[in-house]
Amino acid sequence: MLEIRNLYKNFSGFQAIRDVSLLLEKGTRHAIIGPNGAGKTTFFNLITGHLEPSAGEILFEGRSLIGLPPHRIVKMGIARSFQRINIYPRMSVFENVQVALIARDDRQLNLITPAHGLNNAETDELLALVGLSDESNEVAGELAYGRQKQLELAISLAANPRILLLDEPTAGMSPTETAESIQLIDRISKERKLTLLFTEHDMSVVFGIADRISVLHLGEIIASGTPEEVRNNPDVRSVYLGESVDNATA
Amino acid sequence: MDALIDFVRNELGNPGLATLLSNPSFAFIQLMNAVSMGMYLFIIAAGLSLIFGVLNVINFAHGAFYMFGAYTVFSITKTMGLNFWVGVIGAGVVLAALSFVIERALFRFLYDKEHLMQLLLTFAVVLILGDLAKAVWGTDQFSVSYPPGMNGALNLGITYYPTYRVVLCAIGPLIAIGLWFLIERTRWGRVIRGATQDREMLAALGINVPMVYTSVFVLGSALAGIGGALSAPFNSPTPGMDATVIVDCFVIVIIGGLGSLWGTFIGALIYGLVYNFGSVIMPNWQDVFAFLILVVVLLIRPWGLFGRPVAGGH
Amino acid sequence: MTQPMTRTTAVICALIVLGLVLLPLTDSAYLVDVTTEILIYALFALSLNVIIGYSGNVSFGHAAYFAIGGYANAILLTTYGWPLAASLIASVFASMLAAGVIAYFCTRLTDIYFAMLTLAFSMFIWAVAFKWRSVTGGDDGFVGIAVPALISDRYEFFYFTLAIVVLSTTLLWVICHSAFGRSLLAVRENPTRAGFVGINTRLMRWSAFVVAGTFAGIAGALFGMLHRGMFVESAFWTQSATVLIMTLLGGMFSFFGPAIGAATLFILQRLTNEYTEYWPTVLGVVLIIILLFLPEGIAGLVNRFRKRSAARD
Repeated sequence: MLEIRNLYKNFSGFQAIRDVSLLLEKGTRHAIIGPNGAGKTTFFNLITGHLEPSAGEILFEGRSLIGLPPHRIVKMGIARSFQRINIYPRMSVFENVQVALIARDDRQLNLITPAHGLNNAETDELLALVGLSDESNEVAGELAYGRQKQLELAISLAANPRILLLDEPTAGMSPTETAESIQLIDRISKERKLTLLFTEHDMSVVFGIADRISVLHLGEIIASGTPEEVRNNPDVRSVYLGESVDNATA
Repeated sequence: MDALIDFVRNELGNPGLATLLSNPSFAFIQLMNAVSMGMYLFIIAAGLSLIFGVLNVINFAHGAFYMFGAYTVFSITKTMGLNFWVGVIGAGVVLAALSFVIERALFRFLYDKEHLMQLLLTFAVVLILGDLAKAVWGTDQFSVSYPPGMNGALNLGITYYPTYRVVLCAIGPLIAIGLWFLIERTRWGRVIRGATQDREMLAALGINVPMVYTSVFVLGSALAGIGGALSAPFNSPTPGMDATVIVDCFVIVIIGGLGSLWGTFIGALIYGLVYNFGSVIMPNWQDVFAFLILVVVLLIRPWGLFGRPVAGGH
Repeated sequence: MTQPMTRTTAVICALIVLGLVLLPLTDSAYLVDVTTEILIYALFALSLNVIIGYSGNVSFGHAAYFAIGGYANAILLTTYGWPLAASLIASVFASMLAAGVIAYFCTRLTDIYFAMLTLAFSMFIWAVAFKWRSVTGGDDGFVGIAVPALISDRYEFFYFTLAIVVLSTTLLWVICHSAFGRSLLAVRENPTRAGFVGINTRLMRWSAFVVAGTFAGIAGALFGMLHRGMFVESAFWTQSATVLIMTLLGGMFSFFGPAIGAATLFILQRLTNEYTEYWPTVLGVVLIIILLFLPEGIAGLVNRFRKRSAARD
């Protein structure tokens, strides 16, 4: 579904992404792990059009994404949630999601149709899906952190994506919140038949729901395969996983 | 060559350009005008650039400080009858004091705010300072005499040129070198260079950061005052002079890059050249040049020649 | 800002319009003149807020479209003898066009550079108005605008202005409360995120600018006819600063805020000028107060007050 071939990204002399290739199969949950600074966020930014690659190819169902602006790539079916909260702080929770739906329906340049009442049912549905129905009228910026993360997810889903890129979805969460969050993602991705590409630090999460794992280290993919294969890969063990794998699966 | 000159004069209908090409002393005078203008503008703009480089503040009121400098040198020379150079130093002192008060009372609340809010707040100060000048000096236009002995013209070989302006062409680079020395070779300079990189670190090192900021603001503003004083003999103190000069300064620091000393120097020279030669070649569009250059630079390279790309530019 | 009108607001609006309709009964020429001008500035400020409050950019050069609308109308009416309707439509179109072209360049940048570029362009327009004496009258201004007999009486012109301003405000209301308006808020709040949900943020900001410039042109045309003349000051950056302060004072986070700000500032200026010539100082102090203590303007103050009394009940 999503094919990345020999991707390079240079920042004035510093090579952030080096010869990265990845195949994302439809319906899979593919995790990208790697130490901090490995280039995971840069990698995402390249896919979503926020950055342009220095070399290489990114193909979504055969069509190249290179050079397309972010909003076009979203329209094609790739949505993304952010590691740091990226919502509209002074708008209500409802409006946060509604705007995403308005954009999905291409109504953002409609100067006549009142915003009030647009996409109401679907907005309520999405809020219910992520468990934010009660906070619908609250100001988004005033929500608790975990709630804001749920809002993040709802906004990404509004675009009706086929691929969902999740950038460290459980960052900053307590173990309980993490478990809840993963359950939510699991349920939603099954209900909406989503393909997931996500980065994570929490190994229990990764080994819990990933079908495939790629390990990114200093901009290069050093291993790729099923969780079993990656766990047993000696390069990976030496570079990154070390003790944490045994802890996670113990 | 003569054929070219005739072509320009008759076919293109541009007598100004034709004269430039045919008359070397005329061209030289324009060149000297450009350089001397660039030099006094540099002195003023350097203050603006310094304040931005270290404090990250764009001070709209910088033009008002320039105006106060011009008025001060008038008061010191005409009203108090003192020497011109005493007046220039006096202008620097007055502006240092004035800017100290303004920084402590108001501007130090600005440093963490967005640029736009800073700009608007400094604009409020412009309004108030403008009225202050009106209250103290009235609305008449005054004239400031050239310093004694510099009233005449020097023989520069190709032609004669006003002595004072030649002196300005020397003062400009002197101040530039002085500033460079201050920033690169003194302890204070090292501290303020550190402030541009990492403010928290400075505080952690036990340095009184607010005082550092105040000193930078005061120095930058004093430069505006000195620039105003130095240019007063040919830029007579008059209400509204702050508006024109601040636009010139903006253009210069945008060309050179906000925060870069040499960028400001070269930007000032470029501005002087474009303005003076442009005025000869296209006499009707003088007023437009500043904005034209601003538009072009902002569109092509908003962070200028030597600046660092700031958020919001491409 | 994009919520439907509450009943209270609707009632207040109706009362205000009613009051304005009945104003000429006071037989005070002065009152009518002042109110006419306030209405024009209110529209001018409301238009600017589409850029500031709704799309989240600050324009330092909004006077350009005000001036273009004003001059175009003046020239077409007087120099070319066009009928009023044609002249008005053409002038509005002229300011719309200018806004479209200038916004194309300005929206390439954001933040402080955007603001400076809007200023640069508007001063460029000022310089053109200044230099083009033959057409605009230059420094002397374009005097003696041929206002049609139908609206040349001050009361007739007042009703004419009232009608146009009410109509324009209604249109602006619809636009700001549309899907476009709400999406624009998203662009203001988080342009990155808005891009990631499929919104072309540059196009949105460009559209907001064009809408703003169009209505500023209407205000400018009315202004010229009110004063029977257009002067270069209308394009100068001080005019842009004035309307900007009006918008901020009234409150950029509400639809009607800027209108309140326009009325307040205009009245404040008139009052100040009665007693002192130091209006700039008063203006500067007002600006400082808004920036440091009242970033949400008068409307924000009213809102806070309302929330507090609602919480008490």
